[in-house]
Amino acid sequence: MIQFSNYDIISNLLYATQWTILLSIAAFIGGTSVALLLTAARLTRNNVVQKCVHFYVELFQGTPLLMQMFLCFFGLSMLGYEISAWGAAILSLTLFTSAFLVEIWRGCIDTLPKGQWEASRCLGLSFLQTLRHIILPQAIRVAVAPTVGFSVQVIKGTALASIIGFVELTKVGTMLNNATFEPFKVFALVALIYFVLCYPLSLYSKYLEKKFHVSR
Amino acid sequence: MLHFSDLLQYTDVFFSGLMTTVELTLLTTILGIALGTSCAATRQYGHPIGQRTVTVYVELIRNTPFIVQLFFIFFGLPSLGLKLSPWQASMIALTINLGAYSTEIIRAGLNSIPKGQIEAAKVLGMTFRQTLTRIIFTPAFEKIYPALTSQCIIVMLGSAVISQISVEDLTYAANLVQSRNFRAFESYLVTAFLYLGLAIALRFIFNQIGKRLFAYREAR
Repeated sequence: MIQFSNYDIISNLLYATQWTILLSIAAFIGGTSVALLLTAARLTRNNVVQKCVHFYVELFQGTPLLMQMFLCFFGLSMLGYEISAWGAAILSLTLFTSAFLVEIWRGCIDTLPKGQWEASRCLGLSFLQTLRHIILPQAIRVAVAPTVGFSVQVIKGTALASIIGFVELTKVGTMLNNATFEPFKVFALVALIYFVLCYPLSLYSKYLEKKFHVSR
Repeated sequence: MLHFSDLLQYTDVFFSGLMTTVELTLLTTILGIALGTSCAATRQYGHPIGQRTVTVYVELIRNTPFIVQLFFIFFGLPSLGLKLSPWQASMIALTINLGAYSTEIIRAGLNSIPKGQIEAAKVLGMTFRQTLTRIIFTPAFEKIYPALTSQCIIVMLGSAVISQISVEDLTYAANLVQSRNFRAFESYLVTAFLYLGLAIALRFIFNQIGKRLFAYREAR
């Protein structure tokens, strides 16, 4: 039987952290891309499109992330699409992230007074020009802080990928627990690593929030 | 290709799972908000040591995944001599989790109460407790009520994870059914929509309660 020293535990956990970080980044990039598309679609003010985006948001905010992962992983392969745990995790986290980001960004765009849209209209700016020169520069400033804040939720969400068998921090934690029978130490370390990943982002988000509140 | 009729014979499995989820949600909502309220009050008006403790607690919980908290409580605490059943462990984990988030939300509400209002209450001869309940908490809760309810719903959805320590909740039911009849997609799809229905129902109920709780607004 192999003995695990503290060094072994920590080095294994740190190795697994790479996958947590990679998965978080992939999910965040995927999520922001989809959310950008959906936000753009929502801005077209087409009633049907808006209804669809609303439904999408309701659907993915109203169901557990774990269910979405199960559906992507077990469900899709049941329907004949082969998908790896890595693919299913990215797919479900992308859907989950984008649903929340669309709502966050909607709030940011809605905080801008309607008069700005109307004023740009009067000045003869086209829809795209208004968006590019008037709305987006302001909305982005408001949106950065909550978006960074939400990235913490994405990192925490990746922990669920352990349940569908993707080997990341939480999964290695449970595996080490099974091997060492030291759950207190192992899970405390796992929690500590997540904290070290997430806390700076939380602080940065808070800092940004303060900074932009002062400048406005 | 999809055979939802295969699920019909497991209706009672889904139903009992749903009931466990509802039961845990209601219990943790009440306990979590109570915990959050007392922590927020401590954070705002308490002793400096109390304030520090609350800050550490809130930041620790908000920056770690729920599943790790759950595993720590369920697997980790027994090695300190504290044995918990899966149901107890998940109830504690959910309460602690909601408590941390609601502390932050409620604190934002407390911050929004102008200082003059508290001073006015003092001048009128109200005791600290009267001021706290009538002058501070009621308007503060009214302001943050929507944020608080959506956090409760988020915690309800997050509770899907407790199936991992074999609490027989809705997700556990889905896993059980799909392991019996191999209809994974149908089983998870139905469960996802049950959660969606539960989320919508909860939001409706919270809205109704909110209307009752803050009815004094209408009366004026």
